[in-house]
Amino acid sequence: MTFIAQPIPMPQRQSRAGVAWAFIERQTNLWKRYWAWEIVWLVYGVVNTLAVTFIATQVGETGAVPQADVDRLVLFLLIGTLVWAYLSAVLDDISLVISWERWEGTIEHTLMAPVERWIHLIGMVLFGVMHATIRTLIIFAIAAPFFEIDLANSDWLAAGAMLVVGSFGIAGLAILSGILPMLYPERGQQMSMMIQAFVLLVSGVYYTVEVLPQWLQVFAYISPATYILDGIRGAIIDGESIADLAPQLLALIGFGIVLIPASLATFAAAERWAKKTGRLKRQG
Amino acid sequence: MVIMEHPKETADPLQQPQRAVIDPAELPLRVNGVAKTFGGGFDPMRALPWNRKKTQDGPRRVVDNVSFEIRRREIFGVIGANGSGKSTLIRMISTLLLPDEGDVHVFGLDAVKDSMAVRALINRVSADPSFFKSMTAMENLMFYGRVYGLSPQQIKTKTPDIMKRLGLEWERAIEPMSHLSRGQQQKVAVARAFLTSPTLMLLDEPTTGLDPRSKRDVQAFVKQVQAEHDATILLTTHDMEEAELLCDRIAFISGGKIVAEGTPLELRQMVAKEDDRDVADINMEDVFMQITGKDLAEDEEDGGSQ
Repeated sequence: MTFIAQPIPMPQRQSRAGVAWAFIERQTNLWKRYWAWEIVWLVYGVVNTLAVTFIATQVGETGAVPQADVDRLVLFLLIGTLVWAYLSAVLDDISLVISWERWEGTIEHTLMAPVERWIHLIGMVLFGVMHATIRTLIIFAIAAPFFEIDLANSDWLAAGAMLVVGSFGIAGLAILSGILPMLYPERGQQMSMMIQAFVLLVSGVYYTVEVLPQWLQVFAYISPATYILDGIRGAIIDGESIADLAPQLLALIGFGIVLIPASLATFAAAERWAKKTGRLKRQG
Repeated sequence: MVIMEHPKETADPLQQPQRAVIDPAELPLRVNGVAKTFGGGFDPMRALPWNRKKTQDGPRRVVDNVSFEIRRREIFGVIGANGSGKSTLIRMISTLLLPDEGDVHVFGLDAVKDSMAVRALINRVSADPSFFKSMTAMENLMFYGRVYGLSPQQIKTKTPDIMKRLGLEWERAIEPMSHLSRGQQQKVAVARAFLTSPTLMLLDEPTTGLDPRSKRDVQAFVKQVQAEHDATILLTTHDMEEAELLCDRIAFISGGKIVAEGTPLELRQMVAKEDDRDVADINMEDVFMQITGKDLAEDEEDGGSQ
């Protein structure tokens, strides 16, 4: 080992939080530049929420169902559409980790930067969660006045806990689906969207999972979205506390513990394979 | 090899405050027997039902047993036609591609095993500027500077000076990249790379497609950085004039192999001796033709049809 008189400078490393923030800031800049698309998704989210929840109003107007059940159905569907607006936005934002770079042609420059991949992914996850939260709150603010909903009995702390804890498992799932565009440069993003569609089908977003065929219910049990929806509905509709929702919370903690490390390890393995086969090139 | 903590502030915008230092006894770049083959292995795309019947391409050896070394403060040119393996070589040095054989060391650090440390020492300018086109130049520089460890304040301080040296007006920095000309975008790409003060700069055809003025600006900036700073540069190009103008030493690559290496004068002298001609009458194109038996355009066709 040689100590030297004229050292060669190496870049000063800023904190990991600062590097993660760089990704959040970049995504925010992109979000601002593509504001027209954001308006489109917001309008779509509002329309979807209203269209689905009006089904409950329609059921009430037939007079065949007691008003209490109608009110419950309104909340059931409203929560389903709002939670799905949040989950799908998180899944979209995180799973685009590679696709964004391919579209913009920046994949090589971003992936050769001296950034630990987990820091890169944390930045993308935090942006996804913040972006999804803002969008969902706006949809809720616009859609809620259309319906007579009683939230007096709701346990918001428990609902928030379900969403926060559940976001870890969803983030893990999103990172896993974000790997597909790295492995399949041409069709990977389409595959990611199919995974998202399957989560929508099996997780009880607009109906309880019990209505699914038995073989599909198996997938409901391994989808973190099922437990998030179940827990939030319990907290908002029935006023269940965190203690009451312990089984769902424990399941979601389990998903986080398994999916986060598994997704990071799989992402690292996929990146290594992509570097071996020369797939880290721009596309589109 | 990172060996000690050594904080130091400097007023030079191309120099950075430093913490760690690396052993200068090590060469900036040592490429040893590197080879890369594409195709022929397992491909998950082919595992998809709708792709199964498509004919799989045979293996293509794109880089074949390439070895060379670059000394500190040297501009080393790798000259070859499109498809000759230059960019694949750069990608392996950039840690974006794993070599099948051989190894790459940057200041003694293995580009595969110590890839994070290597990435902190290098940066790259490619023929395609590759930016977030809807973001402004400054937003792009802010992002890339930060992921290379610079603080926002350092980036704001350094950027105007680098842009001025490149002949790029400051007003351009606050326009979306998509509004800039190809030449302006490429200058921002050069600024992005030099902003991080890399000790090894990889310039992969940095002036391809530029107008003559932008090309001269970029070439002058590269020369200036080499003269004033502790930068070592690997330049790939198929522009023989540029190679002769900028490079201290040159390696010719054809069919993935290094076919000749030396200073521009040594290479010209070699051809002059073989052809019994005056050195002054020989240019790099003559050298390339003498060594490979074809001109760049022919070699490009061969490379493309591999």
